[in-house]
Amino acid sequence: MRFSRTSKALGLLAVAALALTGCGSAGSGSSGQATAGDPNKIITAYSNEPQHPLMPSNTNEVYGGRVVDLLFEGLTTYDANGKSVNALAQSIDTSDGQNYTIKVKSGAKFTNGEAVTAKSFVDAWNFAALSTNAQASSSFFESIDGYDAVSATKKVTGADGKSTSTPAPTAQTMSGLVLKDDSTITVKLAQPEADWPQRLGYSAFMPLPSDALKDPKAFGENPIGNGPYKMAAKGAWQHDSQIALVKNPDYQGNRTAKNGGVTFKFYTDPAPAYTDVQANNLDVTDVLPTNALKTYTTDFPDHNLNKAYAGNATLNIPNYLPEFQGAAGQLRRQAISMAINRDEITKVVFNGTRIPAKDFTSPSIDGYNANVTGSDVLKFDAAKAKDLWAQANAMSPWPAGKVLQLAYNTDGGNKEWIDAVANNLKNNLGIQAEGQPFAKFAEILNLRTAKTLPGFTRAGWQADYPSLYNFLGPLLKTGASANYEGYSNPEFDKLLTEGLASKSTDDANKKFTQAQEILFKDLPNLPLWYQARQAVWSQNVSNVDSGWNGVLLYYNITAK
Amino acid sequence: MTQYILRRLLQVIPVFLGTTLLVYFMVFALPGDPIRALFGDRPPSESVIAALRQQYNLDQPFWVQYGLFLKNLFTFNLGVDFTGQPIAATLGRVFPVTAMLAVEALAIQAVFGVAFGLIAGLRKGKIFDSTVLIASLVVIAVPTFVLGFVLQLVVGVQLGWAKPTVGANADWGTLILPATVLGLVSFAYVLRLTRASVIENMNADYVRTATAKGLSRPRVVLAHILRNSMIPVVTYLGANLGGLMGGAIVTEGIFNVPGVGQKLYQAVIRSEGPTVVAIVSVLVLVFVAANLLVDLLYAWLDPRIRYEK
Repeated sequence: MRFSRTSKALGLLAVAALALTGCGSAGSGSSGQATAGDPNKIITAYSNEPQHPLMPSNTNEVYGGRVVDLLFEGLTTYDANGKSVNALAQSIDTSDGQNYTIKVKSGAKFTNGEAVTAKSFVDAWNFAALSTNAQASSSFFESIDGYDAVSATKKVTGADGKSTSTPAPTAQTMSGLVLKDDSTITVKLAQPEADWPQRLGYSAFMPLPSDALKDPKAFGENPIGNGPYKMAAKGAWQHDSQIALVKNPDYQGNRTAKNGGVTFKFYTDPAPAYTDVQANNLDVTDVLPTNALKTYTTDFPDHNLNKAYAGNATLNIPNYLPEFQGAAGQLRRQAISMAINRDEITKVVFNGTRIPAKDFTSPSIDGYNANVTGSDVLKFDAAKAKDLWAQANAMSPWPAGKVLQLAYNTDGGNKEWIDAVANNLKNNLGIQAEGQPFAKFAEILNLRTAKTLPGFTRAGWQADYPSLYNFLGPLLKTGASANYEGYSNPEFDKLLTEGLASKSTDDANKKFTQAQEILFKDLPNLPLWYQARQAVWSQNVSNVDSGWNGVLLYYNITAK
Repeated sequence: MTQYILRRLLQVIPVFLGTTLLVYFMVFALPGDPIRALFGDRPPSESVIAALRQQYNLDQPFWVQYGLFLKNLFTFNLGVDFTGQPIAATLGRVFPVTAMLAVEALAIQAVFGVAFGLIAGLRKGKIFDSTVLIASLVVIAVPTFVLGFVLQLVVGVQLGWAKPTVGANADWGTLILPATVLGLVSFAYVLRLTRASVIENMNADYVRTATAKGLSRPRVVLAHILRNSMIPVVTYLGANLGGLMGGAIVTEGIFNVPGVGQKLYQAVIRSEGPTVVAIVSVLVLVFVAANLLVDLLYAWLDPRIRYEK
């Protein structure tokens, strides 16, 4: 590894200081690199203290999620390309996208010997959905018929006049979820959703052994699963320090562990982890300190990863802005999109850690298409942008002196690229554009909800499960929960509905791609770039890769 | 003497109540909803939020919450934090680690600080004295985090003498590097305090008397000069112990030490009132105990100081 001149000088200073204080022998710490050649080939990886006990349906954050994913196996899993493949499901059948029959494979076991049956799923799902159990991922069951009853609330007005809501479920189980026999489950959804099976690989849908429901708290400390790994021992979760997992020898699925185990070491700051990987004291880290984003490829020449995952960034255009309506508005949207040099900004501002967008979804999703008709508007073309802008002005002139505001939150490190986009617009279209800073993301959210934001706003979206619909429906369907800008196009809505009611994922993806063609004409928002996962690893391991959601495929990592 | 100690211990009660109330209120007043913050971008269902609020008494007014906290405290039940972990277990985990770190740092700064300060004072104006003085200035001037990163990079990564971080297996050996960093800055102060005090006492009447009585040089230096020079140093070290316990956040961060500083930082970020107050309460007790110890040491070092009339 290389040291800059200053770090050398500082180093000498430190050695001098050590010698002076008589602490020159500070290196008595026994095992410098002795851990490198561990005979059990246990991999060590960066992580942090999970926020909740390791109950699959209560784990909604990344650090607990990566552990739960290795401990449990559900009806389906996702391959590295984001395609949903059957795991414990023998078959998932539907004729209308609303009524599903799931056959569960027999023979799989939890690590305590209990068989994994259809009941292991049904009980776990009902437990997760019931509001009094307060499981973080309970809303993942909202599509199932009867969810309303198990999650009902009651408003109580207190003595001080303030009303608080308390959970008041009117049923203990969901009526749409039926256990037919040991290997069969039927599910009735509230409405057709062809991509519903694609959610089943998410941790909220994992099966649980019967002990888990008797004492969820104790279970969360020492979870017993059916996945490629199991807890190394009772108490293998040393709080605030590490979680040790070892290979589950009875595991039959297709995520076979290629190492003896994974020990997740906890770091509250990514910097010491990066240093540890440099010293071969930690095998892999997937969160790099900001100042390492410029140097990680030279610090780890053949040991680094930079791969897109299912998240993107967009510039959103409120539907109520008068300058962006009608034919002139459409030309303006196109002009602005083509005036932004995505390649240059991702290279210069982000050091290549973002990938220029080619569509409204993400390349790590099954069905992704980089060449959707109309996607040319995402290519940088200053001359054409200027021309389109002039055409728009010929129809209805851009108000003299009007400044185009680009709202962003300063708590997320957005200023640099917002400024770069504003400069693109100034230089290539000759208009005034500037960033409009807000301290908190929630502030912008409030203005977006109230539809009073004076200009564009930055936004990002992270998929919950690998489906094209998960990027299109919640954000752009008329009246959808996260459609703050008020985009509405009946033709687009119709294609989404048809997609959801399709018989197969491929048919659905075709409809969703057609729907994107409409988006490229309307440009309700301007896709900018895809998020990417960066990781570096030590000399002791190889085969490091990340999955569709940016989580490393720990089971594939091999020790040297 | 016993009466004095008892009186001092009684004083702890109002200090304890005052600080916990203040800290509890400050955490209560932090902006942002801690329960909502547990869920990230995807909004949870309303009923789950309500259930969690009930579980942690967050639907109660401030005084009720504080009262419940005190009631729990007196029944030796610290409750659970927002992540479902028992707070008592958390304290039992993080305090020993930081205590080890603090004691090691304190030992490093006391032993080396006093030794170097004594020698420098005795050889006032000589080469050793000037070198040590300049070196201590340099140490004081360099910020802790620079010192930490440099030591980590040089000793941990480049030379490979020690593990660059501590992590799960914190013991006396692995904590040497962070303890050195933590001890270095105060080491310089201890050194300078000792040196100044030694120089002052060298010319004192009782030292001249002791020398005139024909006592050996080592006996004069150790029993008379050093013992009397310790009073300001002990005061400083006592106050420093409390600071070391709570103020190691930067060092613990750089070396990934799973101690009090890290936990406190995380708990504040997550607005976990009960955890923050529990940690701060123990820190208050450590401060009070350290100060009491310093006061008692005075009487031993200088019998002229009396606590009883």
